Amino acid sequence: MIDLLRRIGLWGRGAVVAIPYLWLLLFFLVPFLIVFGISLSEAMLAQPPYAPLIDWLVDEDAGTTKLQVLLNLSNYLRLGGDDLYILAYLNSVKIALVTTVCCLLLGYPMAYAIARAEPSKRGPLMMLVILPFWTSFLIRIYAWIGILKANGVVDNLLQWTGLTTEPFELLYSDWAVYIGMTYCYLPFMVLPLYATLEKLDPTLLEAAADLGCRPWKAFLTVTLPLSLPGIIAGSLLVFIPSVGEFVTPELLGGPDTLMIGRVLWNEFFANRDWPVASAVAIALLLFLVVPIMVFQHVQGRQTEAGR
Amino acid sequence: MKQMGKLAWALWFGYAFLYVPIALLIFYSFNESRLVTVWGGFSTKWYAELLQNDQLLGAAWLSLKVAAMSATASVVLGTVAGLALARFGRFRGRTLFGGMITAPLVMPEVITGLSLLLLFVALEQAIGWPDGRGMTTITIAHTTFTMAYVAVIIQSRLVSLDESLEEAAMDLGARPAKVFFVITLPIIAPAIVSGWLLAFTLSLDDVVVASFVSGPGSTTLPMVIFSSVKFGISPQINALATLMMVVVATGIFIASLVMARQERQKTRDEQMAVQGG
Repeated sequence: MIDLLRRIGLWGRGAVVAIPYLWLLLFFLVPFLIVFGISLSEAMLAQPPYAPLIDWLVDEDAGTTKLQVLLNLSNYLRLGGDDLYILAYLNSVKIALVTTVCCLLLGYPMAYAIARAEPSKRGPLMMLVILPFWTSFLIRIYAWIGILKANGVVDNLLQWTGLTTEPFELLYSDWAVYIGMTYCYLPFMVLPLYATLEKLDPTLLEAAADLGCRPWKAFLTVTLPLSLPGIIAGSLLVFIPSVGEFVTPELLGGPDTLMIGRVLWNEFFANRDWPVASAVAIALLLFLVVPIMVFQHVQGRQTEAGR
Repeated sequence: MKQMGKLAWALWFGYAFLYVPIALLIFYSFNESRLVTVWGGFSTKWYAELLQNDQLLGAAWLSLKVAAMSATASVVLGTVAGLALARFGRFRGRTLFGGMITAPLVMPEVITGLSLLLLFVALEQAIGWPDGRGMTTITIAHTTFTMAYVAVIIQSRLVSLDESLEEAAMDLGARPAKVFFVITLPIIAPAIVSGWLLAFTLSLDDVVVASFVSGPGSTTLPMVIFSSVKFGISPQINALATLMMVVVATGIFIASLVMARQERQKTRDEQMAVQGG
């Protein structure tokens, strides 16, 4: 019996992998297939609110049963035909790109400074970067509402110094979304950057200096190219979730801060149009497939390198 | 050295950016005035009001239960998954497995939430389970996306670990299961603890996925906060946020203290072993 189980890989190691494997298949992969299926269905007033894709038609007279499969592309045509969706996708990419660049500009010097600090100080300095990540994302976004709103901290400060006399509100604008998202995703950028910069051999820079290379040029020709894997990993770790972000634009953005995560949410919760929400999700996923694959490739290579 | 000076400035600016908002949030939670950002004197009345808010306390209790259960489940599943990725070499379906482990790390939450909800609805239609949505569905959803984080932590810990200890045990005749429980598990215990803490925090933090897969009567704490924050800021939320941060900080502090002590114990044991041999 054990021999048979072993042969089909359900004993020992096989059984060990099978548990998380089946879990992920059922709760991660199958759901995507269902989303894809429902994106091809038609919305209707029912519970659940979509038409079944596959139906058995029973013909009483002829005594036959027919299998009917209804596929409906109108949800996708609607995405392509309506400016709202296209604008939302473009705007999401724009906001995610700006966020990624801000995180990189702010995070790279931080990661570099920590990697160049004394070895005993690196751990605590890194801990200070990670610590905010442990406090609630929602609460960190909430903190910015009090800072950016009219009569908030920034406004009060500007009025007190006399720089403005009018109430000044940054909240409910794209700027607030950039600040909030950079704030929340910064640790994701610093972490992989630090991991690559820390491993960098400092003698390479000494060699460059000995050969008469200026520090700035040594940075551009030695450090920057060698830290590229960290830059790519960090950028993807920020960019991919940013594109589908919902909470930050909902709380900090204005009504015209269009992002695809918000569109999906509204189609689902406000309009109860599950098929269109599914089509939005599939289109977003197709758009993210390439970045996700690149991320997995980089991630896999980094774990291999740890060996 | 001059360049290091500029770098230090960049570092301190980064830390200020990260911590000033949190400090302000805590500061204003002790504000007497209902207008959160206009100072009206010191007061702890918002904390007292918080303890009388039954809706909030109920939601907090539900969130803690969900977080504890899903963190435990995801540590078990994630440890096994990390072990498989780090130690089992190439097995059939490894590429798909690795992909399914890392994808949830970056998957936008709205997609995860929508897809899991549609799965639960389809399952309920097909086999009658889960019967309605609530604590069970939220726990399953949270386990699914947090186990990815645990798996990555365990995998990177195992990859950096010397395999010779496990091989030695195997050479001395220990069965694989025994090797895992006697050798591997104690060594990766700190990684498992941080994995559990991370899964717990992520679950306690999630509003998007929970909103999709929760049912009537099962509102988690982040969902309550989210809906009240949409109508503007309130001093009660500041007080709640402060309390949550105190709890998290205490948890991390204790965990790091315990781990540091274990680390010291380990070095001492190693030195003793070297001297004894």
